[in-house]
Amino acid sequence: MNNNVLIGYKQRDNFVDRLTGTTKLIGLIALSVIGMVSFDTRFLLVLTICSLALFRLSGIKFREVSFILSFITAFSVLNLIAVYVFGPQYGVHLYGTEHVIWQGVGPYNLTWEQLFYEFNLFLKYIFTVPLALVFLMTTNPSEFSSSLNRIGISYRISYAVSLALRYIPDVQNDYRQISKAQQARGNEISRKGKLTHRVKAAAQILLPLIFTSLDRIETISQAMELRRFGKLKKRSWYAEKPMKRNDFLALLVIALVVLVGIYLFRVNAGRFYDPFR
Amino acid sequence: MNKKQGISVRTVVAIGIGTAIFFVLMRYIPIPTGVPDTNINLAYGFLALMGAIFGPIAGGLIAFLGHMFNDLTWGEPWWTWIVADGIYGILFGLTRKYLNIENGDLTKRKLVLFNVYQVLIAILVWGIIAPTGDVLVYSEPASKVYLQGITSVICNALSVGILGTILLVAYARTRSKKGGLKKES
Repeated sequence: MNNNVLIGYKQRDNFVDRLTGTTKLIGLIALSVIGMVSFDTRFLLVLTICSLALFRLSGIKFREVSFILSFITAFSVLNLIAVYVFGPQYGVHLYGTEHVIWQGVGPYNLTWEQLFYEFNLFLKYIFTVPLALVFLMTTNPSEFSSSLNRIGISYRISYAVSLALRYIPDVQNDYRQISKAQQARGNEISRKGKLTHRVKAAAQILLPLIFTSLDRIETISQAMELRRFGKLKKRSWYAEKPMKRNDFLALLVIALVVLVGIYLFRVNAGRFYDPFR
Repeated sequence: MNKKQGISVRTVVAIGIGTAIFFVLMRYIPIPTGVPDTNINLAYGFLALMGAIFGPIAGGLIAFLGHMFNDLTWGEPWWTWIVADGIYGILFGLTRKYLNIENGDLTKRKLVLFNVYQVLIAILVWGIIAPTGDVLVYSEPASKVYLQGITSVICNALSVGILGTILLVAYARTRSKKGGLKKES
């Protein structure tokens, strides 16, 4: 079940669901990029809270995503620990001051600067999660490609994206079938097997998987060629939705958030908000 | 983009299906290395094959889109590594002319040179571009991201060196050589 998150689209009929894919796509890219660059804690906090609110609004049930959330939390925590292990003084280096909370061994003490820096990182890790999940679970895959086309990406590439989304479940199915068949022949690929066995068994699954898919590429491209795909400069989309008032409002809000983010670079004279000064 | 018609239909489909496979490989059969967020990815062996068959546009987009979808389903699009992946795919695509695998013309010498090239681009992309991007954009401690980078260099070079080579050889065998037909006397 948790394997199908990418195609977890369900009609939900609420505010977020009714926005066009274009709006959601622009929103996701713009917000994740500004959040990636900014190190202003206040800005990141507001972003996190807003994206959580959006998650609420979208009507996605918590249990639909709980599996993913536990994984993300584990990864983020591991990453934060790694950051501390490799750069225990990095916060001090960034902010240029040192407020020691606890004096440890060698460079491994605990400073407010380090904690604050890692808190920023944590916010950066998590604020995109609700946004990405909302995007994936409320955007119709075929509408997604029409919105890529609308923001100026060539329709051939947009169509390739739509093909990818269409064929991910098929490839998954193929993969499972081949893997079951190999397991029936005694090839162990689960954690129980030895590493060398697992690698060998994985290769035995991959070869048939990849070669049937290469055949599939030929079949599909011939079918598309027969239907004169790519002969004209433009293409219309069945799933395209017209932009409505709410879309423009949402885009306006997104633009404002991005502008505030950029304005904060000015205020902070750089990307970092420094409460220690 | 060749000709004025843009990329061919076959490339479009290759990008679509390639992305789907890349995504599935990256997502469901990663072999963890112990360094956070760094896995041995079988997807890169596959990417080497797709680059060699379909060229730089397909290679770049397959890696870029596949990695992006994978990150999105985890909720954390890590743009620096996604872009690095795109570059990696483009670099694999550049081997198409030289390997000429479509005509089944794959010699030992070509395979050796291909492997030298793939190690070099792994170092360039995962050892330099991706971690430097992390330091500049995400402002993470250099030692941590370079450790992740070096681990990725090793993992990806291994994945391409073993699986990629096997796939290239297997694919070349299914193609008939140009001028392979001989007139019987």
